[in-house]
Amino acid sequence: MCQVEEDYNGLESELNNLCCMKCKEGTAVLIIRVNDSFCRSCFKEYFIHKFRAMLGKNRVIFLQEKVLLAVSGGAASCSMLSQVQEGLSREAPKKLRFVPGIIYIDDGGACGRSAEERQRSNALLKSIFTETGFTYFIVSLEQVFSLPTSVLVPGTSDPDPSNPSYKQAVDQYIKEKQTLTEENVASAVAQLSIEDSAYSPEHKLALERLFSSMKTLTAKEDMLQTLRSHLILHIARENGYSKVMMGDSCSRLAVKLLSNIALGRGAALASDTGFSDPRYGDVVIVRPMRDYSSKEIAFYSRMFNVPSVFISGLDTQTHDKTSIQRLTESFVTNLQSDFPSTVSTIYRTSEKLHTVMPPQSQTAEPASKCLLCLCTLDTKVDKASAFHATLVSEQLSQIKLQDPSLDAPAQSAEQCCTEGQGCGPGGCCSSNRLPSHQDLKTLLCYSCRLTIKDMVATNTLPPYIITEAEKRQKRSQMKMEISEYLLEDDEED
Amino acid sequence: MLSKLKLHGGAELLFDGVKNHHVTLPGQSDPWDMKQLLAWIRGNMLKERPELFMQGDTVRPGILVLINDADWELMGELEYQLQDQDNVVFISTLHGG
Repeated sequence: MCQVEEDYNGLESELNNLCCMKCKEGTAVLIIRVNDSFCRSCFKEYFIHKFRAMLGKNRVIFLQEKVLLAVSGGAASCSMLSQVQEGLSREAPKKLRFVPGIIYIDDGGACGRSAEERQRSNALLKSIFTETGFTYFIVSLEQVFSLPTSVLVPGTSDPDPSNPSYKQAVDQYIKEKQTLTEENVASAVAQLSIEDSAYSPEHKLALERLFSSMKTLTAKEDMLQTLRSHLILHIARENGYSKVMMGDSCSRLAVKLLSNIALGRGAALASDTGFSDPRYGDVVIVRPMRDYSSKEIAFYSRMFNVPSVFISGLDTQTHDKTSIQRLTESFVTNLQSDFPSTVSTIYRTSEKLHTVMPPQSQTAEPASKCLLCLCTLDTKVDKASAFHATLVSEQLSQIKLQDPSLDAPAQSAEQCCTEGQGCGPGGCCSSNRLPSHQDLKTLLCYSCRLTIKDMVATNTLPPYIITEAEKRQKRSQMKMEISEYLLEDDEED
Repeated sequence: MLSKLKLHGGAELLFDGVKNHHVTLPGQSDPWDMKQLLAWIRGNMLKERPELFMQGDTVRPGILVLINDADWELMGELEYQLQDQDNVVFISTLHGG
């Protein structure tokens, strides 16, 4: 029988014979959580089972649905890719049934990597993707400068009458199973895979300018995250993908939860860290890896040779205190080493979070969503709130400055209206005005405001953001003007 | 004593980007244990930023150590005594290197 030794003084031989707690036969090769030791084969089973259980429990992926896998090259997303491959293969007893695609966003331009490095990692990833046989998209972040403004508008999820519920979808599929042949599957897989990693030099410069106009690393990381999700959303919409799978692991999500609170994104916590994120409407983001700790993922990818590529990011090799995200990560990881239940506690807490829907958002107008992160605006609160207090104190501390040199090119356009009272904070009817901080602020949620506040020049933002901001600004301006003619008394500020 | 060191997940950045190292540890009367190995790595192989790899006597939290493809927690962590031809792998699970 196996024995578990409490003290280690030179008794490694006993430890080496520690048995797997599941099958009680094999020698344990790793310990997860505090006391659970697994042997190789039991660990593999456990890992695979967890993935399927996560998908099965949540039942959001329908049959034959097109699902985009967002792969960053790191261990977690590559393990996700290998799990999907494993699940779709014929040998699996209960096959996963959806049509996967892969997307990789090359953000080397924002992180300051050279063109050769980017090409090298793109080539490595391309070889990994072609091995899987799925359709793949390799897109460079510079493409963000040619996105349409529809990216910022949440789509409506169509309640398809032929697929109303999961159970009915399964029944329908079983009926149709006869018609699915080998050729169908092969043709779906042989679709043209896009490697659009080419980018024009102007876009590259524009991206560099955008990121250098931000002073802190925190804001840069936030902006990178936002731009990346916009690009993924665009590709998903263009190619008919209704779900996107992200490879966030439990540990990363715990860090993300705490750093989002620190960044002011508390109102969107449930969608940022939950299993499914419905903020975009027609495209739903799911996180099937959210139950795996980094240790499990690292061991799995090491033991079972999951190919992954390490790509350095914005915060690689930076000091602990360079950004909020980095500091939170170091805090949680250090705490975890002394108190092994830290990450799982945070994870359990995140599972209990739900979004409270304020009554006005049921109309689902685009104006009530944040311009950048598309979560519901949390800044439309009444005067007796902490948020209002911060606004008041901000105004009081800025008696002299009113958007000084930031709009140098647009200053001449500020006298566009003859009536001073008709204009909002900074002019409405000139078409070539670049939005100032004040304009953008009203369209953003609290944390996006902080990110934009950190920018030196908002004109470096990609054109689709600027255009959409102007459009919304004009619309709300128009609304305000029309409201004057309404019979009810409206107090104007 | 020969040993094979491998680095993954970004840890190789601290070692000039080289993932695989074959090291010959100088002979000594007592067998080498992990604590001494780490100190030796810090002194001889880490080119820069030792604080990104080690914290005090042990590895930084977030860096996993595998000895012969098994978790080092099962082997006694720092007290494990190295044998000839042992395979040690360091995997970084952190964002920042």
